[in-house]
Amino acid sequence: MDIEYVSQLARMELTDKQKSKLSKQLSDILAYIEKLKELDVSTVQPLSHVLPLKNVFRQDKIRPSLPLNKVLNNAPSREGDSFSVPKVIE
Amino acid sequence: MELYKLTARQIKDLIEDKKTSPKEVAESLISRIEATENKVKALCLVDKEDIFTQCRELEKRSEHGPLFGIPVVIKDNICVQGQDTTCASRILKGFKPPYDATVVSRLKQAGAVIFAKANMDEFAFGSSCETSCYGATHNPWDLQRIPGGSSGGSCASVAADETVMALGSDTGGSIRQPASLCGVVGLKPTYGRVSRYGLIAFASSLDQIGPVTKDVADAALLLNVIAGSDIMDSTCVDREVPDYTKSLVDNVQGVKIGVPKEYFSEGLDSQVRDAVEKALDVLKGLGAQVKEISLTHTDYAVADYYIVATAEASSNLARFDGVQYGHRSASPRSLIDMYKKTRGEGFGEEAKRRIILGTYVLSSGYYDAYYLRALKVRRLIKEDFDRAFSHVDCIITPTSPTVAFKIGEKIDDPLAMYLSDVFTISANLAGMPGISVPCGLSQEGLPIGLQIIAKPFDEEMLFRTAYTFEKNTKWHKEKPRL
Repeated sequence: MDIEYVSQLARMELTDKQKSKLSKQLSDILAYIEKLKELDVSTVQPLSHVLPLKNVFRQDKIRPSLPLNKVLNNAPSREGDSFSVPKVIE
Repeated sequence: MELYKLTARQIKDLIEDKKTSPKEVAESLISRIEATENKVKALCLVDKEDIFTQCRELEKRSEHGPLFGIPVVIKDNICVQGQDTTCASRILKGFKPPYDATVVSRLKQAGAVIFAKANMDEFAFGSSCETSCYGATHNPWDLQRIPGGSSGGSCASVAADETVMALGSDTGGSIRQPASLCGVVGLKPTYGRVSRYGLIAFASSLDQIGPVTKDVADAALLLNVIAGSDIMDSTCVDREVPDYTKSLVDNVQGVKIGVPKEYFSEGLDSQVRDAVEKALDVLKGLGAQVKEISLTHTDYAVADYYIVATAEASSNLARFDGVQYGHRSASPRSLIDMYKKTRGEGFGEEAKRRIILGTYVLSSGYYDAYYLRALKVRRLIKEDFDRAFSHVDCIITPTSPTVAFKIGEKIDDPLAMYLSDVFTISANLAGMPGISVPCGLSQEGLPIGLQIIAKPFDEEMLFRTAYTFEKNTKWHKEKPRL
């Protein structure tokens, strides 16, 4: 596994020490997971969810929602009624 | 009287007879917590003032509700309005939910006292309750050992009599395995039985919230309150909720029990095997028919689970990016840098491991080989159970292959840790309900648990079989010496 690339995809910084420890552990885990390849699944349909649910409909009625202030209260940084983040476009 | 030792049903009766009050019950448990919590470390938040405010509010009520005055501890991944809910992770430190999870509002409605938040493995990733940012929880039966996980705090607090009941969550065994190792009752309901609104998601196709209690009757009482459809969770099935206390009958005459031979193979501790076999003899003696069955894909369940669960987790945990809540890195150079540093600083080691694994199995070029294949194997595992349930009413297995292991023993061997869920994972992959009940003590005096699995939405069969076993044995009365 290219751990540098995968941590980039996951947007998660890892230290060099973490990278080397994880690489070793993940290669053991992946080797174990390889056992799924013993099975012939060519005619099996994937099962992503055990419930026979498709769409669950409800009336399109407005119900009370959380007040903005309560929602923004947990933000590490805010400006007025918005979440504040570092500049997106340079 | 030592109120803290009692079950919910016993306390209910005392309150109804006006022999005690919610406040007295709370006081008894708080002093118990003060005596034992420095050893067990099961709880990450106890707000005494809030507990007594709740008790005062209850006294004003005219209608009591089915859990009136009963203290319930809530796992730290279930939102309680205004109380820190952190999934035992640095990345959510200080998060105060602006709303109650549906299970919490139902408990409040039923008159329960929301008593404390329970420690857990970070984001429910673990089988030992060691990966919490608050530090490890200790098993009340032997403080050198783990309580199991991830609902280790929920189960240890019930076992230590620090609460009457608790809620846990179970994605691959996280209620049943710690219940087994702590000698209490733990139930994972059918997928879709209990609303997950307000449960901070780990793996959405597997997660369920369920009861942790001192006996089977209390589990039925608690499930009665939390089960049932919810407009806020479209995966919670709109299906009538029976009165589960009606299934508490001491009778297994004619019940067909399947015992999967694959669960009694290498890796199963001989003391656990003996205890489970003795338990099966008890049920046989009471008129149940016990027969061997085969679940042929058992050996693939752990591998399958660690693809499905980590894939879903990597996606669910993408929301922790330092924007809306929780930790944010101090001085990021850019938006992307903020995400990376925030997540690098906020997530613990096991969370990182699972995020990386999950991201990898979903990444371009690997999706078919890992994730898609895992979904196909998941169907094969479910079909094993469908076939079995065409000729048995329930399946009995050990809950965990071993008794509680030592703190630190498996923390640097993730694969060995993952294998401690080998008997519980399939019920999540296939969506069935499962319960763990105490069925013995090892020579070292550590609890052993029995798992009963039933067809989807047949929790009544679990309660009937578990209740009968409990009525005819004494294991649930054993208590740790603390």
